[in-house]
Amino acid sequence: MFDYSPAPEAKLASFASSYGHFIGGKFTKPQKTFETINPATEEVLSQISHGSAKDVDLAVKAARNAYEKTWSKLSGAQRGKYLFRIARIMQERARELAVAETLNNGKPIKETRDFDVPTSVAWFFYYAGWADKLDYAGMGASPKAHGVAGQVIPWNFPLMMLAWKVAPALAAGNTVVLKPAETTPLTALLFAEICQQAELPDGVVNIVTGFGDTGAAVVGHKDVNKVAFTGSTEVGKIIARQVAGTNKKVTLELGGKAANIVFDDAPIDQAIEGVVNGIFFNQGHVCCAGSRLLVQESIHDEFIKKLKRRMETLRLGDPMDKNTDVGAINSKAQLQKIKGLVAKGVKEGGDLWQPACKIPRNGFWYAPAIIDGVSPANTVAREEIFGPVLSVITFRTPTEAITKANNTEYGLSAGIWTEKGSKMLKLADQLNAGVIWSNTFNQFDPTSPFGGFKESGYGREGGRAGLAAYLKGGN
Amino acid sequence: MDAETIVGSRLTNQSLRRWLHSLPGVDKVGLEQRAASLATRSIKTDSKAWALDLIISMMDLTTLEGADTPARVRSLCNKAITPDEDDLDTPSPAAVCVYGDMVQHAKAAIGKRKIYVAAVATAFPSGRASLRVKLQDTKDAVAAGANEIDMVIDRGAFLSGNYLEVFKQIQAIKQACQRPSGKAAHLKVILETGELQTYDNIRRASYLAMLAGADFIKTSTGKVGVNATLPITLLMLQAVRDWYDEYGIQIGVKPAGGIRTSKDAIRYLVTVKETAGDLWLDPDYFRFGASSLLNDVLMQRKKLKTKTYLGSDYVSVD
Repeated sequence: MFDYSPAPEAKLASFASSYGHFIGGKFTKPQKTFETINPATEEVLSQISHGSAKDVDLAVKAARNAYEKTWSKLSGAQRGKYLFRIARIMQERARELAVAETLNNGKPIKETRDFDVPTSVAWFFYYAGWADKLDYAGMGASPKAHGVAGQVIPWNFPLMMLAWKVAPALAAGNTVVLKPAETTPLTALLFAEICQQAELPDGVVNIVTGFGDTGAAVVGHKDVNKVAFTGSTEVGKIIARQVAGTNKKVTLELGGKAANIVFDDAPIDQAIEGVVNGIFFNQGHVCCAGSRLLVQESIHDEFIKKLKRRMETLRLGDPMDKNTDVGAINSKAQLQKIKGLVAKGVKEGGDLWQPACKIPRNGFWYAPAIIDGVSPANTVAREEIFGPVLSVITFRTPTEAITKANNTEYGLSAGIWTEKGSKMLKLADQLNAGVIWSNTFNQFDPTSPFGGFKESGYGREGGRAGLAAYLKGGN
Repeated sequence: MDAETIVGSRLTNQSLRRWLHSLPGVDKVGLEQRAASLATRSIKTDSKAWALDLIISMMDLTTLEGADTPARVRSLCNKAITPDEDDLDTPSPAAVCVYGDMVQHAKAAIGKRKIYVAAVATAFPSGRASLRVKLQDTKDAVAAGANEIDMVIDRGAFLSGNYLEVFKQIQAIKQACQRPSGKAAHLKVILETGELQTYDNIRRASYLAMLAGADFIKTSTGKVGVNATLPITLLMLQAVRDWYDEYGIQIGVKPAGGIRTSKDAIRYLVTVKETAGDLWLDPDYFRFGASSLLNDVLMQRKKLKTKTYLGSDYVSVD
């Protein structure tokens, strides 16, 4: 019948054969390199330098120097000018960035093209506007920057996480040392080129690539004033210990196990879309993913039937194809983690279902999955899977929905699906989550603060709150 | 299954309202987002060629003007018979769609060929006439040989909550579509979604029409400000899909008005495929009500075959 022919995006991005770090406005000579690959094909894209404590020290020194000598001496309007310039160049290079992100991360081109890159650009435009208005941030006259910000970001939204961190830091007047994730450094390195293109003063943005030890060196450096981390709760705890007793300010955006609560009076067809978007967007590699479906018992069967039918239309495959909905899992390690947790879920009595999908021969893939009949005590109801796996739990009353939704170590996000406004508002008030969506899911806007409770971390990114985290007296 | 069994009680305005208002609500933002995401599908090469031919075969090639003449209708029929004189493999549209008084001319022009003649009836487009007039309008078109009747619902009755009146009119027109030979004309029920305004109303009107025996539910007359849109069509496809699941009866969907380009039409096909499924990728269950769409599809078809875009001077006007 109507089989969509391949619709591949052109390979509009090219990479150097190897990269050094970006320190003081220049790329260093590549050293101690490791491969970065395309997780959809396992093809090697480039060689990346593994940053040592010494590299980090050089980067922090460059950042300190830039902070003291240039960046803190510029007016807000001048800083804003650079941020606007960066945003415009990112817009001009949007397709290249989208392609680069897809190649290095494995997520579908339609997502990088329509979500990751536009959202990243929006973050720069938004915070560019704040740069000359810090007096109006509600923190008194002329609030001061912290100084040097050390930022460590994850692999699930590489460029967007960079934008969430770098844009407010620079707008507030800090300089930064950023460590991208080891599996996805390429868009950060392209961003370094953009900083050069924008003639951003040397040392304002420094990027050191590498593994966990590199990140630890950034976080632990004695001359870093502010630490911002997005990633796993496990690493978040290590960082919290590492900075305890120092003067460093910290924000942590960690894991999640969000409940997407569907009542029997929900707009069903849109709820199906919201649940699908909530867990299968970006292969479920989303900290705020709606990984627990809490569905009212009275509509469970009908809802699951519709959900399965919808999942059968998801197109898994080549992330560069414009019609792909589900791309590759970012790494072999992550794939194994997903498989392990799902196996546990099945062993504990969960009912696993996956649509028939043609799995490509190379690369790392996992077909979208639902595990029905999950009880709150099961592993798949408690642990963050960080993959395209939805655990289905039923409830009977609003009280039970709240109890079950809040019964988690995490508290990042939640979704409520009901056409009854009063019920929605009451539930939103009782849910212990930083972000609550109603009759929608996974909406992000630079003006809106984002962050969690409990083991999902502390501090907020986005909006005025996200700016305050980079100002003295703010966080 | 008869209407009373489906509704679960004797049919009254109250029971119909209870039934229609128990349908799940439609979230506007979510529905429109889904439609927008379906519209980003990229249909290329072989799948595009396949889709273009299917679009032609699903078309109700339409002329509904006060200025229509027998000659104009004959010309339209000739276009349907031979859409592209340079490529005789081009499929024909499913039907031509005309006013009731033009049915005889259309039938004469089409003869025994497998192209249906559809007639708009029931005081199209406003539907503001007595039931007696609407029935006669329908019977005349059926007697003249119309294979399909496109009726309009009484939007005034619907909006004032008089669901039973709407239901009864559809049922009566369905009766008027019968022929002594037993070969009834197919009934398409036009909801005029632009006048119903809300998505909740459109879902309810779809269910009411299906309950009353519609063979097709159709978006619009093409004569009001807002005609077919992708979100509305998506919503109606969800309705026919759910109806089929529930009662095993497959009902067709016809978006009409405002679909002018191949690109647009392909988005509708994508929506059909990913909402109702392959069963609806069939001219018996999905139609496009359009007039200028055909030539755009023909130009795209030529472009795919010859790799050059020739422009409108190389396809005939109808």
